[in-house]
Amino acid sequence: MIEFVLDGRSRVSTYMQLVLQVKQALRVGLLAPGDQLPRVREVAGSLAINPNTVLKAYRELELEGLAEGRPGVGTFITRTLAGPSLTSQVDLREDLVGWLRKAEAAGLGREDITALIETTMRAVLDGPAREET
Amino acid sequence: MNDVGADMTDTAITTSGLGKRYKRTWALQDCTLHLPTGRIAALVGPNGAGKTTLLHLAVGLLAPDAGSVRVFGQDPYGNTKALAEIGFVAQDNPLYRDFTARELITLGGKLNRNWDAALARTRLSDLGIAPDLAVGKLSGGQRAQVALALALAKRPRLLLLDEPIAALDPLARHEFMQALMGAVAETGTTVLLSSHLLADLERACDYLIVLQTSRVQLSGPVDDLLESHRTLIGPRTEADRIPGVAEVIRVSHTDRQSTLLARVDGTLPTDPAWTVREVTLEDLVLAYLAKADTRATRTAWEVKA
Repeated sequence: MIEFVLDGRSRVSTYMQLVLQVKQALRVGLLAPGDQLPRVREVAGSLAINPNTVLKAYRELELEGLAEGRPGVGTFITRTLAGPSLTSQVDLREDLVGWLRKAEAAGLGREDITALIETTMRAVLDGPAREET
Repeated sequence: MNDVGADMTDTAITTSGLGKRYKRTWALQDCTLHLPTGRIAALVGPNGAGKTTLLHLAVGLLAPDAGSVRVFGQDPYGNTKALAEIGFVAQDNPLYRDFTARELITLGGKLNRNWDAALARTRLSDLGIAPDLAVGKLSGGQRAQVALALALAKRPRLLLLDEPIAALDPLARHEFMQALMGAVAETGTTVLLSSHLLADLERACDYLIVLQTSRVQLSGPVDDLLESHRTLIGPRTEADRIPGVAEVIRVSHTDRQSTLLARVDGTLPTDPAWTVREVTLEDLVLAYLAKADTRATRTAWEVKA
């Protein structure tokens, strides 16, 4: 069982923080298919958040095919995000480190780098002709 | 008075032109609201804005001087059937301080038809609250928990709480909200909670009502309100000439820059000179309170806007 932790300084909405934490747990293998997510009542009670927020997060995970609600029992993980992406992440990270060194050598500061990455991500990943994955 | 247009099965509280006057001063005026069931609503505003008056009207402690209030379709004033469905935690948790928590639970059983004493005992036992100590000797946080447990023992469909956490320290506040959110998750009770502090409620509430100068300034589902407002920063412009701005809530100008918090209708400026930002709940509440404040001051000084 995982325990949810909220980032009080994050601008990301509470429900999305819950979704992202589950996805992160799936990526690193902390959660696997068959695992039960904490009950809505427990999450709402321990984080002092609106139960509807937890329901919304679980519904989002269901819509993405990652979890499944079983009435009266709870919500269970049905699919994992670990696997191939985990191994290719090592390579990708290496490429990124190389790129960051290059950017530093070219005289870019931390903020310049962040800005460049963010604008490029927006242009490439949110581009109009791209299919959602 | 019949209220058309609001489905009573989906609405916990409906008010229409509701007003309450103390001598010649209106404490609440022209208040029209629909609080849907299943919501956790924050009733926010400064002290003296009319929050307590609205809650007292909803729980039948006061009779309106204008308009109407209905709780699950019924007039709560002097209506025992309607009141059986409402749990109320008054400001500062006024319990009989010489009684113990155990005695208060027994007393509640004698005063209420539907009374889940076992539920109250379990709750207080889980919280480690002494059953046989006079509640006056408990900490403020524990007393608040006793008041909440007693209100929940009625198994109410609507729970009204008047500034339940204002007087508590941060830890007790958090523990109170934990207990409340856990209980709501279990029961699906509709909650209306007043507070002049927003920070503790931001994650708990999904419905917002802003009261200021005895009037409702803003009300609606939090997600919708956040979605329909933006902060806009750009070159100095008259507010009515910015595309997509439906209503300016707050605006300030310097010689070259304009900053607005506005209700928007979708088509925002695409001009790169404008920065468009999402708003937080706190931004929104502050902007609406400031707007009402300015209007009230102008009226008092008889100055034109």
